[in-house]
Parts: sequence; C-alpha cells; structure tokens
Amino acid sequence: MMKKQSLTKTMNPGVHFLINYAVPIIFIILVAFAIPLSGLSGEYFIREIMIRLSRNSFLILALLIPVMAGMGMNFGIVLGAMAGEIGLIFITDWRIIGLPGMLLAMLISTPIAVLLGYFAGIVLNRAKGREMVTGFMLAFFMNGIYQLVVLYGMGNIIPISNSSILLPRGYGIRNAISLLEIRQVLDKLIPLEIGGILIPVANLLVIATLCVFIIWFRKTKLGQEIRTVGQDNDVARVSGINVGKTRILSIVISTVLACYGQIIFLQNIGTMNTYNSHEQVGVFAIAALLVGGASVAKANIPNVFIGVILFHTMFVVSPRAGKELIGQAQLGEYFRVFVSYGVIAFSLALYAWRKRIEKENERKKAMASKRGILVKQQYDRRK
Amino acid sequence: MKKKIQNIIKNFGLPRIIIFLFLVLLFILTPFVGIRFDTSINDVIVRFGMNGILVLSLVPMIKSGCGLNFGLQLGIIAGLLGAVISIEMETIGFAGFFTAVGIAIFFAVVFGFLYGLLLNKVKGDEMVVATYVGFSSVSFMCIMWLMLPFKSPNMIWAYGGSGLRTTISNQGYWFHILTNFLQIKIGSYITFPTGTILFFVLLTFLVWAFFRTKMGTAMTAVGSNPEYAKSCGINVDKMRVISVILSTVITAIGIIVYQESFGFIQLYMAPLYMAFPAIAALLLGGASVGKASIKNVIIGAFLFQGILTMTPSVINNIIRSDMSESIRIVVSNGMIVYALTRIMRVR
Repeated sequence: MMKKQSLTKTMNPGVHFLINYAVPIIFIILVAFAIPLSGLSGEYFIREIMIRLSRNSFLILALLIPVMAGMGMNFGIVLGAMAGEIGLIFITDWRIIGLPGMLLAMLISTPIAVLLGYFAGIVLNRAKGREMVTGFMLAFFMNGIYQLVVLYGMGNIIPISNSSILLPRGYGIRNAISLLEIRQVLDKLIPLEIGGILIPVANLLVIATLCVFIIWFRKTKLGQEIRTVGQDNDVARVSGINVGKTRILSIVISTVLACYGQIIFLQNIGTMNTYNSHEQVGVFAIAALLVGGASVAKANIPNVFIGVILFHTMFVVSPRAGKELIGQAQLGEYFRVFVSYGVIAFSLALYAWRKRIEKENERKKAMASKRGILVKQQYDRRK
Repeated sequence: MKKKIQNIIKNFGLPRIIIFLFLVLLFILTPFVGIRFDTSINDVIVRFGMNGILVLSLVPMIKSGCGLNFGLQLGIIAGLLGAVISIEMETIGFAGFFTAVGIAIFFAVVFGFLYGLLLNKVKGDEMVVATYVGFSSVSFMCIMWLMLPFKSPNMIWAYGGSGLRTTISNQGYWFHILTNFLQIKIGSYITFPTGTILFFVLLTFLVWAFFRTKMGTAMTAVGSNPEYAKSCGINVDKMRVISVILSTVITAIGIIVYQESFGFIQLYMAPLYMAFPAIAALLLGGASVGKASIKNVIIGAFLFQGILTMTPSVINNIIRSDMSESIRIVVSNGMIVYALTRIMRVR
C-alpha cells in the first residue's frame, strides 16, 4: 500500500520535477553554500569557469549520441581519450608545433579512435542491457593494452626518434610529456580579453560548431534511426533498421569526438600524464553531464553546459571551502572525489529505480485492462 | 575422442584452459630463470590464503541473482573499521583478531542491509549502481578516516596529530596470528600457513553448508528463477537482502584475514579497485554473472593468484622488463569483460 501511495505522489508535477532534477538541485544548494565559504574573488571565479567550460565541454558533448541510442552513459569515451593521446605522442615525437601539430594529432588519432570505437561497439552489442558496466570494464581493459603499447611497444616496435620523451631505459614513453609547443594554440588563436579575462574564442567556436552538428545530426536519417533504436530495439528492427550496426556507429562517433575532446583538453592544460590523463575522463565527464540534469536515457546540450558550470564550480571551490571549514585542504580534495562518484551512483540508482517503477506500473495497467476486458465479456455474456 | 575433448573444453572454458596451461608453463620455467620452485609454490599458497575469502564472498550474491558484487568495497570498509577499532582498543593476539572480526561483522550487517535494500530498488542494473556505490563509499570514508576521533599513536599521523595514516601496521596486535597457527615448515623454503588455510576452509564449508539449508536453497531458487520462487511463497526481496548481507560480512572477514597475513591495514583510496581482482579470480574459476560455486572459488583463487605471483618473477626474468603489471590488468579486466559479454546460461 505504501508503495502505491508513493507512486501516486510521483504523478504530482512538482514532486515529479524534484525527483527528475534532484541532482542539479542538490548541487545548486551545495555550491551556494560553498562559494561564500571559499572566499574566492568573483574575477578569479569567472576566469576559472571560463577555462573549464572551454576545456571540458567537448568531451561531455561526446557522451550525447550513445544516450540517444539508448546505450546509457558511454564509459568507453576513455578509449577515445587514449587514441587522442597516442596522436599527441606522435606529434611531440616529430616535433610538429602549433596549430598544425594539433590538427595532425587529430588526424593521426582519428583512425585509431574509429577502430577502438568499432571494437567497443561490438563488445557492447554483446552485452545488451549491461552496456554501462561493460563499457566501464572495457576502459580498464584497454588501459592495460594502452600501457603495453605505450610503455613497452613505443621505442621498441613503434619507432620513436625523440629520445627526450622516452624513458632512460631506451623504450617506453615518459610519465609526463610537455605539450608546450601546442599549449593553448586553439585557446589563443583568436585573442580576446574582456576585463582581464581571456576568452578562448576559437575554442568556443569549435564547441558551438559541435553543438550545431549534434542538432543537425539528430534530424538526419542516421540520427533518426539512432533515436528509434534508443526508444525501442524491436520497433527499430521491424522498421528495417540494422540495430547492431546503428549502435556500433553511435559508439564510433562518440569515441572519435572524445578523442578530439581529449586533445582540446590537453592543449589547454599543456602537459600530458601519459598513463593517467585518460583514466578519470569518463568519470568526470559523466558526473558533469548528470549534474547538468541529464539522465541515463535523456541528455541534451543545455545539460552539458549547466553541468560543466555547476560541477566545475564545485571543483574550484571545494578544496578552499574544506580548508576554511575544517582547516584541511585534503578534505576538500576527498570531498570532490566523493561527490563525483556519489553523483553518478545517485543518478544511476535513481534512474534504475524509476525504470523499475514504470515497468511495474505498465504491467499493472496491462493487467487492469485485461481484467476490464474480462469483466466486459462476462457482462456481455450475461446480457 | 575429439568430441570428448571438445566437451571438456566446453565445460572447462577455453580461457581457463589457456590460463591453466600458461600457469603450468610458468612453473616449468622457474628453474631455468633462477627462481626456486618451492618458494614459488609457497608464495602462491600464501596469497591464496590471503585472497580466498574475498573471492568466496562474491558467491552468495551471484547465487541470489544480484550479479557480480562490484560494490565489494562496502564490506572492505566494514572490515577496515573493525581492524582499526580493534587496534584503538589495544586488543592483542587472538582476542584482537576476533574483536576486529566481531566489530567488522556488526558494521557489515548494517552496511549490507542498506546496500541490499538499495539493490532491490535497482533490480536489473545492480552491477553498474554497485560499482559507483562502492567508489563513492570509499571516497566518503577517506573523509571519515581524516575526521574520526582515533587516538592510538600507532595509527594517527605523527606530525599533524589527527587523522589516520594511509597504511597502519598491525604488527604487535594480530599480525600473522592465523598464519602462525599450527604452521608447518617443509624444508627451509616452504612454510605452510595452516591457520589461514583452515580458516578459509571453515568459511567455505559454512557457505557450502548454508546453501544446503532451507534458506540457502530458497536463495538459489530466487537467483535462478525469481518468478518461480515467488510462486513458491519465497520472499524474493528478503532473500536478496540476506544474500547481500552475507556477501558483505564475508568480505569484511576476508579483508581482515588479508591484513593479518599482509601486515598492514591500507586505508583511504587503497580499497578503491579491490573488487576487480576478486571478481576476475572467481570468473577465472569458471563462474559467470549468474552462476557460481565453491569449486569456482577454489580453482579461480588458485589460478588467479598463481598468475599474479608467477608472472612478475618469471616474465620479468625472461624479458628483463616489468611488463607483468600491465599483463595483470589486461588479464583480470579482460576476464570480466569476457564474462559480461557472454549470454547468461542460468537466470
């Protein structure tokens, strides 16, 4: 009986809104408390958010298409990030600098990303209904392969001429690679400063182009097909769509976009941790998207930007707030890791829970209508 | 004959056979690369004792249909709490060990109950939710380790005076308390950790016996066919919660045995990825997402720990590099991906 009551309650639009947007609402409250606590100046704050907006948006946008295809959050974007990093290693080796270097890195890493995406797509097709956890484990698995290739293969089997990026033993790439030659080439391509704050115009233009692309893509035939697959596999199959292929394609697109996203991310930072830079890409991008009000089944462009701003505000603020509040910056560090994981856990659990309730409701409705037909038949017979 | 071999391969699983042959090969290679065969065997046995219970802990949840316990870290946290509190209480020897276990069981029951309720709410998506519940609880406990009012000078940071250290030695409390129990020395290179192995056997037997009781059978029924179980009058949700509690409790005990043998209590981010090796070991032993047995636990823990111990020493000696860590990542995570992509036979 209790359950039924809570079900009718969710029908109430106000409560419905609260449950749908629980994560962003909690986050806004959290941030509203933490900002004054941190004591950061407004200018510093805006500068930081601007940097993070240009740095992270592309990666998060890469998540949208698999959500459309009903495959949930693509934890496999880590694979794309690895591909991007391999491209960056090569251009550093060949000492190609500036914007051409960055573009070349993208060019080199595209086929790798396509290949990895295709592989991920096949694996995820074999794990229908468990895409997220499989994608997540796949990222760990590929991390091992990446280590084998970069730490043992490069300089050994794959020729690397620039000894400054090799480990002293003669093969394997160093833990950190300086990307000084391509550092912020995109950010500073079209220089614009407003009130001492650098606006990375070119970077924002690239992000805007991607947004337009995604909006356009939704309307193309392929985009429509992906959405149909996302709504109902069987309906899609009946209408002649190759479900498996469409799902693979959506993962390939996502992986390639993630690869570009990682290159944009790293050109902003300016150094690359060869073996760690990609590890947390998936977690942070997905947490940000969920904070922006997206769910496993529905994510759009506004979610991305709201998410980046809210999530990274918390990132900027929490170490300071932790220090001011308890006197330990370390606490803030742990707190933001906790929040990233917690947000994902909470959103996924909430979504799975609602999905189950909806399924039960549907079943009850079907049962009720069946009973209704029976009653009507009996009534007719009696007449 | 051909059919017979095919049958064996099908029953035992190709990846398992490959890994088994690989392990045998590693053992054969030991004398040629200058490693003592008996020390290697000893290492494998010790590590088997350390990790066996953690692998065992996955079984109840798989049996009740909750899938692989990616939220193993919850049990580990309960175990860590037990260990840390027992040291704070200055309990020494067997008393200390069992104090730690007792406290850990208490926390594990509480955590397991709440975790079980959550997993009932998210039926069908247990694994991905569990992964992030595990991760977020580990990072939450990072905050707690800093803030909880522990006083023992053996555990807190020396300079700051507050917050627990990242690794705490349990030497002088209950270090090797099981390992040294009835220890058997064979030659100068093999010391058989009788106590640890006996403890593992005891727990394994208890789990085995449990699944032969009425409740255990009901739990298996819930896992293999929930609809049927429901029509038999079994409370499906309750059975699932009990299985989760059971898994969490065994994990908590398992991590204390691990620390007892290892000598250190690792806090903060150390437990973050501890679920994966245990899961990989069980899968290596022949379990799948929906099916696991005690046999899988023993074979899996032995094979996995064998590979883990042998690859670094042998491979690194042959090719003079430290590739084994990457190979370990590929093998263990690859095993999990492989299991997740297989169509479930039972469920």
